[in-house]
Amino acid sequence: MGAAARSTLIAAVSTVVVFGLLVAVVVSAPNWPSVQESFLNGEVFWSSLPAILTAFRVNIALFLVSEVLILGVGLFVAVLRSLPGPVFTPVRFLATVYVDIFRALPGVLVIYILGFGIPGLQIPGVPTSPFFYAVLALTLLYSAYVSEVYRAGIDSVHPSQDAAARSLGLSRFQSLRYVVIPQAVRRVIPPLLNDFIGLQKDTVLVSYIGVVEIFRASQIKQAATFNFTPYIATALVFIVVTIPLARFTDWLVNRDRKRQLASAR
Amino acid sequence: MSGAAVPEAPVVLRLEGIRKAFGKLEVLKGIDLVVERHEVVCLIGASGSGKSTLLRCVNLIEPVDAGRVYVDDVEITAPKVNVDRVRRRIGIVYQAFNLFPHMTVLDNVSLAPRKVLGVPRAKAEADARGLLARFGLEEKAAEYPDRLSGGQQQRAAIVRALAMEPDLLLLDEVTSALDPELVAEVLGVIRELARGGMTMVIATHEMGFARDIASRVCFLDGGRILEEGPPDRIFRHPTEERTRRFLQRVIESGRLGAEQAAGSPTD
Repeated sequence: MGAAARSTLIAAVSTVVVFGLLVAVVVSAPNWPSVQESFLNGEVFWSSLPAILTAFRVNIALFLVSEVLILGVGLFVAVLRSLPGPVFTPVRFLATVYVDIFRALPGVLVIYILGFGIPGLQIPGVPTSPFFYAVLALTLLYSAYVSEVYRAGIDSVHPSQDAAARSLGLSRFQSLRYVVIPQAVRRVIPPLLNDFIGLQKDTVLVSYIGVVEIFRASQIKQAATFNFTPYIATALVFIVVTIPLARFTDWLVNRDRKRQLASAR
Repeated sequence: MSGAAVPEAPVVLRLEGIRKAFGKLEVLKGIDLVVERHEVVCLIGASGSGKSTLLRCVNLIEPVDAGRVYVDDVEITAPKVNVDRVRRRIGIVYQAFNLFPHMTVLDNVSLAPRKVLGVPRAKAEADARGLLARFGLEEKAAEYPDRLSGGQQQRAAIVRALAMEPDLLLLDEVTSALDPELVAEVLGVIRELARGGMTMVIATHEMGFARDIASRVCFLDGGRILEEGPPDRIFRHPTEERTRRFLQRVIESGRLGAEQAAGSPTD
């Protein structure tokens, strides 16, 4: 038997043993039958799944709309924070305050305060749709994180690149636009995707301000059936959607590392 | 600035009392220099003598602390001068090439003409291909810089600077980062530019090259131009003791062939 086949066999056997033991412990627990009934009810699972999947479309919409806005706002804030010179001190200061505050606040609080506070003012013409405030809150929250990711990318581009661009007569903005930012963005794609995995999951937080998305839908199903299986269904949906994105991120990180190793030869 | 009717000024670059310090370290202590059109001025001197800093001050990538820089008799260190406009006319090539790694060679060369001068893409690319062909790089137009050898990268960087059709080209130790066998191809390009009448200021450690190509050699020492003159005089009969000692060290390190050494009997 080859060494590779041997390793595979050992890995398979140890996996089976470990998971077998885990299942045995859970299944032999004193209250297992009633837990099984209230969390893993097949009938409830299949009956609640359509409503849950329908509601998940709201999460996808939230995710997509917020993501596009976050990519733009985050980059804008990062550029503001990277502006050199004393003239831009107030701009840098404001951008820094924004990033500090929104990274300090728990997401649920921001969603609550914006989602109930601003419509509560009853200013004419200001939107009242919970979806609007959900997007606003997620964008403000995640743009703060994403701007830091972008900024790290911008800082990682060597100043000689900007010097070369400016030496050719490109303006400060043109140098950023054509030389610095394209290189910065390439380098931060993996950490950006990481933040978006977080965003994907945090879309459930907006259920607190009345958006009927997947988590709210599973709560409704749970209340109707007195059974927790809808939550398991929701968990499965997230696992199915998020794991491929996580693997894709890993793949990108690996590819970048290989490239760097290759170019540093 | 210079309309078509204005005759070309004979003096391309004039430096008056350029001073530059980094913190407490005074790198340039008052540099005066005049470069006439079609002149090739070589700056020589030990590492740290201020050659690179001087070049970076000429195109205002490093702001000067004191002194004035004139290009075509217009002071570019004056307040309210649009430095982007000035830099269009001054090309600079750096020791480390500084090509844009995320762009093909063709895009590296055509970016500034397109974005700064507003040349349409098709024309900018055609011009870029023409220039690349002139310097033996036509096959590399579609490659990314990391696929090129050091010598090819440096030639591409020179072509990128030339694409802006500068009045003045600054070369900052352009062969110092190259493997020895790649130096000749880059020096060859610069020789061709000199033959074509390009006005250049060249910081270099290649003394043999400087002796061949320069119309004037300036020896920098401690942030000042200690001695300047035609290459024959500087290399054979330097008047300053420091210049003599510097050249002696260079000869000992093998950078200047014996036939070019001071006091040699040929020509």
